[in-house]
Amino acid sequence: MILASTLTTNLAILVLAGFIGFVVISKVPNTLHTPLMSGTNAIHGIVLLGGLLIVGASGNGVFNKIILVIAIAFGTINVVGGFLVTDRMLEMFKSKPKAQDENQPTGGSGKEGGGTP
Amino acid sequence: MILATSFLQDQSFLDVLYIVAFGLFIQGLRGLSGPTTAVRGNRIAAVGMGIAVLATLLNRFEGNWGLIVLGVVLGTAVGVPAARQVKMTAMPQMVALFNGVGGGAVFLISWSEFRLTHGYSNTATYIAIFSLFAAIVGSVSFWGSNIAFGKLQEIIPGRPISFGSAQQVVNLVLLILAVAAGVDIAAGDHSQAIFIGLLVCSALLGNAVVLPIGGADMPVVISLLNAFTGLSAAATGIALDNTALIVAGMIVGASGTILTNLMATAMNRSIPAIVAGGFGGGGAVEGASGAGEHAGTVRSTSAADAAIQLAYASRVVIVPGYGMAVAQAQHAVRELTKELEARQVEVSYAIHPVAGRMPGHMNVLLAEADVPYDQLKEMDDANPEFQRTDVSLVIGANDVTNPAAKNTPSSPIYGMPILEVADSRSVIVIKRSMNPGFAGIENELYFDPKTAMLFGDAKSAVSEITAELAHI
Repeated sequence: MILASTLTTNLAILVLAGFIGFVVISKVPNTLHTPLMSGTNAIHGIVLLGGLLIVGASGNGVFNKIILVIAIAFGTINVVGGFLVTDRMLEMFKSKPKAQDENQPTGGSGKEGGGTP
Repeated sequence: MILATSFLQDQSFLDVLYIVAFGLFIQGLRGLSGPTTAVRGNRIAAVGMGIAVLATLLNRFEGNWGLIVLGVVLGTAVGVPAARQVKMTAMPQMVALFNGVGGGAVFLISWSEFRLTHGYSNTATYIAIFSLFAAIVGSVSFWGSNIAFGKLQEIIPGRPISFGSAQQVVNLVLLILAVAAGVDIAAGDHSQAIFIGLLVCSALLGNAVVLPIGGADMPVVISLLNAFTGLSAAATGIALDNTALIVAGMIVGASGTILTNLMATAMNRSIPAIVAGGFGGGGAVEGASGAGEHAGTVRSTSAADAAIQLAYASRVVIVPGYGMAVAQAQHAVRELTKELEARQVEVSYAIHPVAGRMPGHMNVLLAEADVPYDQLKEMDDANPEFQRTDVSLVIGANDVTNPAAKNTPSSPIYGMPILEVADSRSVIVIKRSMNPGFAGIENELYFDPKTAMLFGDAKSAVSEITAELAHI
């Protein structure tokens, strides 16, 4: 009984998360696809938690400890590297519109001759 | 019964922290929908990750801190310098690599889970099933991403490498073997040899699937592998009864699926067709005969002539492609743009969704070179504008400009949406040689009388034009 309810609850969470993912991501413009990919890439580094959970369980032999340390290292690379690299990319996207004028994100402020139809 | 719950101190406190964490992930991803909110969005997601990790660490009974610290320090020592130093042009392979290690972590976790529970004995069957699914998909993603990395880094040739017609059979057999091993274990076999067999088959499958895929299909492959790792993380989450893992993994799975679809649509190809292997011999033969028909009508130009043409244009559209990335020409292109704008030339950039080697690749490079966000036009906005464009400057882009996609039903790329540069009054193409692109298809555009070819490396060619402009 308890098992079944855990499974169904988790499946419900899974399905809802899928829909949220679809809705949220559909709005991202082409331009930001690379940062989006590397950002979501960082988020799936959350498997790191799996490594943290299992490494704490009793009964891990030497071999298990080794592969878990590798798993934790892999997960950390994924998370830390992913977020940092995304941040670097996004900083570049941000700098320009900010430098011009935040109220006019499409700001063709004089430079383009104002003749933009 | 469930591995995770047996050693957590306070499940409800943990759950609340996890809910906060995935709430932050969703909020963070929402931020990614615009360039001004994106930086904060990414940081919000990172904070969510920090909370999830902290919650996990807080709620453990046993020590083993040494191992955790060791793993985290190792990961940080590799991840931070890699992320800080990578060049923007090398971003696709970096993402592939980060994605790969994520997949690696997934299958290693499944393996340790298998060993810890002595082959899922005394474990609910569904837990075994999700853990095995994670092992297969994680392993495919790990090896597939590494191959993708190798191809992008040019350690492995970018050309499709395959067993030819036997490829599909090989892939299918490997998949069946991996799934059969999984079914056997889920049905109660505790043999580790079978589990290792499952990992080996998935590893071979990961290699066999990505090796035959050509360089230009990489945007699709990378987003597909990203989706795979996400889904396998979600499966790990169900196996460990961890909501943060389920939600985060599934969101990534969904977003990766959307991106994969967008990329495949932008190439007018189905995902199965891309996974089944690059453009076959048929495309190359077609290209060769096409070359025969057109040979001898290519007009080449010089940097000085190109500079004159650009200087007296009133509207110029730059079409960047992978060639710009390879030559790292984005800063040179920006210099040229500034020079033209100083002469009252209106300049914009037309960006094909699959230009480069990953989704949005060109945008990242141009953003690095400080090109204003609003000058970057997506394909649907750019296409109607070509008719009133004086000069289209194509820099290292090929297949995404090929009119054969519109006009030649027999062409392998027929039906792929393209940037319609042939509509503009004149075209300058910067290209290293007349070699056809990855698909082996001749580009009719180069034989168009209004097209002039400027042969050379994208960076030096663009710099030469800029230098010539100064003399006009």
